[in-house]
Amino acid sequence: MTIFINESSKVIVQGMTGSEGTKHTRRMLISGTNIVGGVTPGKGGQVVEIESRQLPIFNTVAEAMAATGANVSVIFVPPKFAKAAVIDAINAKMPLAVVITEGIPVHDSASFYSYAQSVGSTQIIGPNCPGLISPGKSNVGIIPADITGAGPIGLVSKSGTLTYQMMYELRDIGFSTAVGIGGDPVIGTTHIDCLRAFQDDPNTQAIVMIGEIGGDAEERAAAFISEYVTKPVVGYIAGFTAPEGKTMGHAGAIVSGSSGTAQGKKDALEAAGVKVGQTPSETARLLRAIMGR
Amino acid sequence: MDLFEYQARDIFEKHGVPVLAAAIATTADEAEAAATAIGGKVVVKAQVKVGGRGKAGGVKLAENPKDAREKAGAILGMDIKGHTVRTVMIAAAAPIESEYYLAILLDRSNRTFLVMASVSGGMDIEEVAHTAPEKLAKVPVSAVDGISLAKAKEIVAAAKFPADVADQVSDVLLKLWEVFQSEDATLVEVNPLVKTSDGKIVALDGKVTLDENADFRQPDHQRLVDEAGENPLEAAAKEKGLNYVKLEGEVGIIGNGAGLVMSTLDVVAYAGEKHGGVRPANFLDIGGGASAQIMADGLSIILGDKDVKSVFVNVFGGITACDSVANGIVQALELLGPKATKPIVVRLDGNNVLEGRAILKAAAHPLVEQADTMDGAANRAAELAAK
Repeated sequence: MTIFINESSKVIVQGMTGSEGTKHTRRMLISGTNIVGGVTPGKGGQVVEIESRQLPIFNTVAEAMAATGANVSVIFVPPKFAKAAVIDAINAKMPLAVVITEGIPVHDSASFYSYAQSVGSTQIIGPNCPGLISPGKSNVGIIPADITGAGPIGLVSKSGTLTYQMMYELRDIGFSTAVGIGGDPVIGTTHIDCLRAFQDDPNTQAIVMIGEIGGDAEERAAAFISEYVTKPVVGYIAGFTAPEGKTMGHAGAIVSGSSGTAQGKKDALEAAGVKVGQTPSETARLLRAIMGR
Repeated sequence: MDLFEYQARDIFEKHGVPVLAAAIATTADEAEAAATAIGGKVVVKAQVKVGGRGKAGGVKLAENPKDAREKAGAILGMDIKGHTVRTVMIAAAAPIESEYYLAILLDRSNRTFLVMASVSGGMDIEEVAHTAPEKLAKVPVSAVDGISLAKAKEIVAAAKFPADVADQVSDVLLKLWEVFQSEDATLVEVNPLVKTSDGKIVALDGKVTLDENADFRQPDHQRLVDEAGENPLEAAAKEKGLNYVKLEGEVGIIGNGAGLVMSTLDVVAYAGEKHGGVRPANFLDIGGGASAQIMADGLSIILGDKDVKSVFVNVFGGITACDSVANGIVQALELLGPKATKPIVVRLDGNNVLEGRAILKAAAHPLVEQADTMDGAANRAAELAAK
């Protein structure tokens, strides 16, 4: 089994007709994702051909769901229009909305997250994330599908490239699902949500958790691991050398005063019994040792 | 982006938050003129984006314009915790009866907004939160609903503001919410918010942080950028659209993806412990594209940093193929020509790695060497920087 997406996921792409949307629709189709249509307001009724598939375009997510039975939406809409796109997905009660877009104002993210909570039907992943992949089953977002295959490791990460790096380090073992939750200050799905799902997924045997400076998500995850997770977890935290008060690439990656430091996060994870690697490859070695691989 | 106090004050004024008359000065002459225009006693305040300026001698009361001139002369040019004072704000002095605290901020943990309010203002609020948490009211604010009059009254009651200022504080809260929302702020703080001896509520000092992701709909925010205070390398990188942060080390870093680049800095710092303590010189994320031009722009910024002794290019080819990254490096070195003078250690992995490595090998540039792993490359780059 996998978490959040599987072989029966039916995926629509919001922003399919844009250049990023088209490019990644093609990549997702090649990796076997069941893409059933796209949404671009004002272009409803058109049909686009990508990788020899005829994909209908709809004006709204609700229309797309009614016509195709889609249960996942992946959003490649520029920051300016991203909030409207996510609200459209929430209003349609789309079960899972994966927001790839980077650069969304945090007032917009806080607003659509809060709205999603009040409606209560949509799980948001991201924004500013690479999406998620259950290798060989479904690939929603921009994670390269050819790094590794299916296996017993669950991975949750704030960073896209560190996700790829870790999948590559452990490519001989494979992954149930790898989830990039995103590097923004407000995100829809947290480390905790993924840890819970991996704990509950019978096919996931061990978990890799990648964090970075900023906020207290990793500290909260550590507390959650203590009380809920019995499967082995190894951790990696990026940003030990980051100076205070500087945003390091991701909008959420900032040490403010004494809070959000890499050391604080590492200490919290270790206190919860999580082995934390000093480098990505050492983290991979720790996991191998635990799994006997 | 953090604003200077005077910029926060101007934004407050624009949205109707009560503030005192004030003007900025960059010379003692201007300070005297500003004090004359304001009249009476004034306060001369160093404009630096760091706390603790009062203790450092950056805030002085001036009796008259001549005195303001003298005080400004002493404060301008002062170094406060590594920040040079280039500007002072001359503000009317107010007879203060009480000091309060108000802030609206993004609460990342709860993924909502939060108001913090206290009748014990004027001091370090983290100190209040730590020593007397009961004096700091924390009230969540929904990003959808914002602060209504009813919500403002709830906050005023929660913080136990005295009855004689309750209505004024509620009104200030509504206006601060307007600042927070319409300016795309992630922090709006007033400390202290004061009651003057004639019973008026005034924002005496303020801090505002703006969300740069909202720049596309906040064209006015561009003029708030402190160009004089920017590191020249950071300014040059910004001009090229590069995500660059200058650090204090010797190993220049280029990588793709914020997480991988942060990780690269750490790995270099660990490796440097064995090589005389060399450290990463910068953060530079060239993102997914990594075209020859982006690589050339990145390399030229890093090679323009006189502290840099070696460069580490760390790329994991995800969507980007390593062969196009390798071509980017080769073309970048052609573009840079004799300006490229430092050894460059390249680690490529992922998509089309064999093709990428072959391209670099065939190019055989004398400055470029390859390493198979991230840890190995970090060690080699640190070793080269230590020489």
